[in-house]
Amino acid sequence: MIDVLIIGSGGAGLTAALNAKKNGSEVLVVSKTYPTHSQTCQAQGGINAVLNETNDDNNQNYINDTYKASHNLGNQKNIKYLCENSKNTLMWLDSIGVPFSRNKNYGIAQRKFGGTKAKRTCYSSDYTGLKILHTLYDQCIKEEIEFLNEHYLLDLIVEENCVKGTIVLNMQTSELIQIAAKTVILATGGYAGLYHQFTTNSFVSTGDGIAAAFRAGAKLSNMEFIQFHPTTLENKNILISESARGEGGYLVDKDGNRFIDELKPRDEVARAIFKKNHDGEKVYLDLRHLGIEKIQEAMPQERRLVIDFLNLKMEEDLIPINPSAHYTMGGIETDIDAKTSIKNLYACGECSQSGIHGANRLGGNSLLEIITFGQVAGKNASDSAKEIDDLSISDIQYKKNEKQIEEIFEKETNLDYLKIKKEIGKLFFVNVGLFREEKKLIKALDYINKKKEEISKIGIKNKDKIYNKNLIELLELKNLITLCEPILLCAIERKESRGAHYRVDFKDKSLEYEKNSVCLLKDGKIKNYFEDVL
Amino acid sequence: MNIKIKRFNSEQDIDEIVDYDIKDNKTILESLIEVKIKYDESLAFRCGCRTGICGSCSLRVNGVEKLACKSKLNENDLIEPIKNTKVIKDLIVDLEHESKLLKKSNTFLNKLEETTISKEDEKLIDTQSNCILCQSCFSSCPIYEVNDKFLGPYALTRALRYVDDKKESHKVQTLEKIQDNGVWDCTLCGNCTMVCPQFIDPKTDIMNLRMKSVQNGFEDRSMQYMTGAGFAGGFDTGFDPTGGFNPNGF
Ligand SMILES: Cc1cc2nc3c(=O)[nH]c(=O)nc-3n(C[C@H](O)[C@H](O)[C@H](O)COP(=O)(O)OP(=O)(O)OC[C@H]3O[C@@H](n4cnc5c(N)ncnc54)[C@H](O)[C@@H]3O)c2cc1C
Ligand code: SF4
Ligand code: SF4
Ligand code: FES
Repeated sequence: MIDVLIIGSGGAGLTAALNAKKNGSEVLVVSKTYPTHSQTCQAQGGINAVLNETNDDNNQNYINDTYKASHNLGNQKNIKYLCENSKNTLMWLDSIGVPFSRNKNYGIAQRKFGGTKAKRTCYSSDYTGLKILHTLYDQCIKEEIEFLNEHYLLDLIVEENCVKGTIVLNMQTSELIQIAAKTVILATGGYAGLYHQFTTNSFVSTGDGIAAAFRAGAKLSNMEFIQFHPTTLENKNILISESARGEGGYLVDKDGNRFIDELKPRDEVARAIFKKNHDGEKVYLDLRHLGIEKIQEAMPQERRLVIDFLNLKMEEDLIPINPSAHYTMGGIETDIDAKTSIKNLYACGECSQSGIHGANRLGGNSLLEIITFGQVAGKNASDSAKEIDDLSISDIQYKKNEKQIEEIFEKETNLDYLKIKKEIGKLFFVNVGLFREEKKLIKALDYINKKKEEISKIGIKNKDKIYNKNLIELLELKNLITLCEPILLCAIERKESRGAHYRVDFKDKSLEYEKNSVCLLKDGKIKNYFEDVL
Repeated sequence: MNIKIKRFNSEQDIDEIVDYDIKDNKTILESLIEVKIKYDESLAFRCGCRTGICGSCSLRVNGVEKLACKSKLNENDLIEPIKNTKVIKDLIVDLEHESKLLKKSNTFLNKLEETTISKEDEKLIDTQSNCILCQSCFSSCPIYEVNDKFLGPYALTRALRYVDDKKESHKVQTLEKIQDNGVWDCTLCGNCTMVCPQFIDPKTDIMNLRMKSVQNGFEDRSMQYMTGAGFAGGFDTGFDPTGGFNPNGF
């Protein structure tokens, strides 16, 4: 029997798997992609850590910076754990073979990111996520961890608020499988894919795990906080990492003038750029003064991307940029043990709201979070599994999902789900983007309510069972739509501006809202309230 | 602009080349999405990052491996799935061999050597550790047609990445694993090097591994292969020189 079932094989899932296995558990990793196709490979800039406490930097500074960036919504205990443990986390990654860039003194090199005065971000040139993810994968192969690749999580099996396994769909055959497990870890990534065509995210970041947890009654939290990255290639939404500014790059307007301190937190920089874009002005990233050598050494991948996608050279040309949706701070609420509000269900990585980022995330903190809490989730899920002897499950959930899939195959469809996905992306970028206000949020909510109705009626034209991508795309879209409501309800209720959530009708922070928003499904109805930050 | 896509549907047992009329000057990935929206939503292909880093979108254009998200098309180009593995549907192929090849090639850190790492040490494995496991090299390699047990270019490049890693204290363990169906089976044709979107040179990596193998006391089997049965001369590599060097950047 499986002790620990992990859904998702990005950085968070692979770390959890390694740790659960090390702790003596039978582990299975189920994922809708192959491990190295996960979005973690896209992280360029780096991973934060205080490697040596010196006059320049120490753990307390790191804690303060992270808490400050969270706009007082971070959980101090969890932040403290993350930061104080950061050196250990880095040392572990280093010890399993991640080839971090080095400095002259044989130490791990560090660079400066926004929202901090210290050089705290460790990196592997600008392939940090890629190298971490691949090294984790190599270790999983070494440890003979079992994978079910291209299997799609449909729903969790939850009985009396206790998880007992999941129902997954074999993408190659469209068959359903019930997987019983003593404990389950969700590591399915974030939901910025919702901003389709206005996001840096992979096509696969569609918030499936969060939607499944929500349907099963788990608490979601802070769903309204969505981070926009200031610098992505104009109209392509391809990221140029914060390291470009960290290494000394400028942001300039059409006249070549700098207009903001480049190392301010992301939300402020992104809004300043968006405003200019909105007024029809272009904004550029200027790296010319860094010189080709520095650029080649610190950002070879990004230099290549600019050549490939804009036909420009970083060392010679100004790079036109715009902000796009990048990271989602909200997710399944977890505590310091990576526990969710459902028994034996754990969550880690971007799908969780682990009390670290609050209203805004510091660059480089996500990679650290996925590894830190991946370890925590793996260990704790494994410990809990040891206390469970037998598992009895009914087939109610299986039957439900079976019916759902059959219906999708049977229905005649006259709605174009790909078009709906595009519409929602644009609607959210315009109405639930960097600047928000009540009437626009309500407009979006009305649209979503209508679409929810419509989409429940549609099926797919393509009736093949072998690798039916249309089936997966429709299911993903349904999950995104499921998450729209919590996002919008929380955004409407939060009548203040805080971090990534900026309301033009409530421009200031309000003490009344120094709280985490919560959304959960109870008896078929959404409950939406605020709770104190612990 | 006209493009041709080789489509395969195992359920209906159809294997056909279909022509589509699309707008030009877009990436292959954007073109595939256009085909899906305009003509046939059932067209199946993998994609993720759309920035050339997740390695999921490799395919062949006129017989040359490319990443769909980073390459552009020309009139009448033929798009096909990658080779040397089973096609599941349209451009989607079976990738289950990946972890098996890596496992057999022992491509992971066996045991940590407590040591200091310099900038130069790190640079030594930088290129190899940029591999995105896109399988382009695997698809281009002619050996698989005669030996499906061959460990192949990306697995061997990854082996070198660990053999050259100063953190590894058990290098010989990895070298040992790549002797059979490994470094000596490669014909050094260079196809893999030509198609790698990450500018990795598996052919040279394999030559390096041969040298390190001999240095570590393993038998030099290159002569044996040159004169022995099976691989003697006149091997058709299937490589199309008109593909140009590294077709993946545009
Ligand atoms: C372009 C870019 C650059 C970034 N740069 C940085 C950076 O420099 N530093 C930093 O700290 N952070 C960065 N981030 C953020 C960071 O990369 C992510 O937050 C982090 O990698 C998320 O990891 P994860 O393991 O939680 O999820 P992911 O890597 O997204 O993995 C999710 C996994 O879940 C699986 N999955 C999803 N749904 C299902 C389902 N229904 N069934 C089965 N499996 C499923 C997926 O297949 C995948 O394997 C960046 C993000 C992007 C997009
Ligand atoms: S070596 Fe190059 S071609 Fe081969 S899998 Fe790696 S990145 Fe792809
Ligand atoms: S050089 Fe060797 S590994 Fe590369 S394609 Fe040729 S035979 Fe295969
Ligand atoms: S979509 Fe990721 S490499 Fe092409």
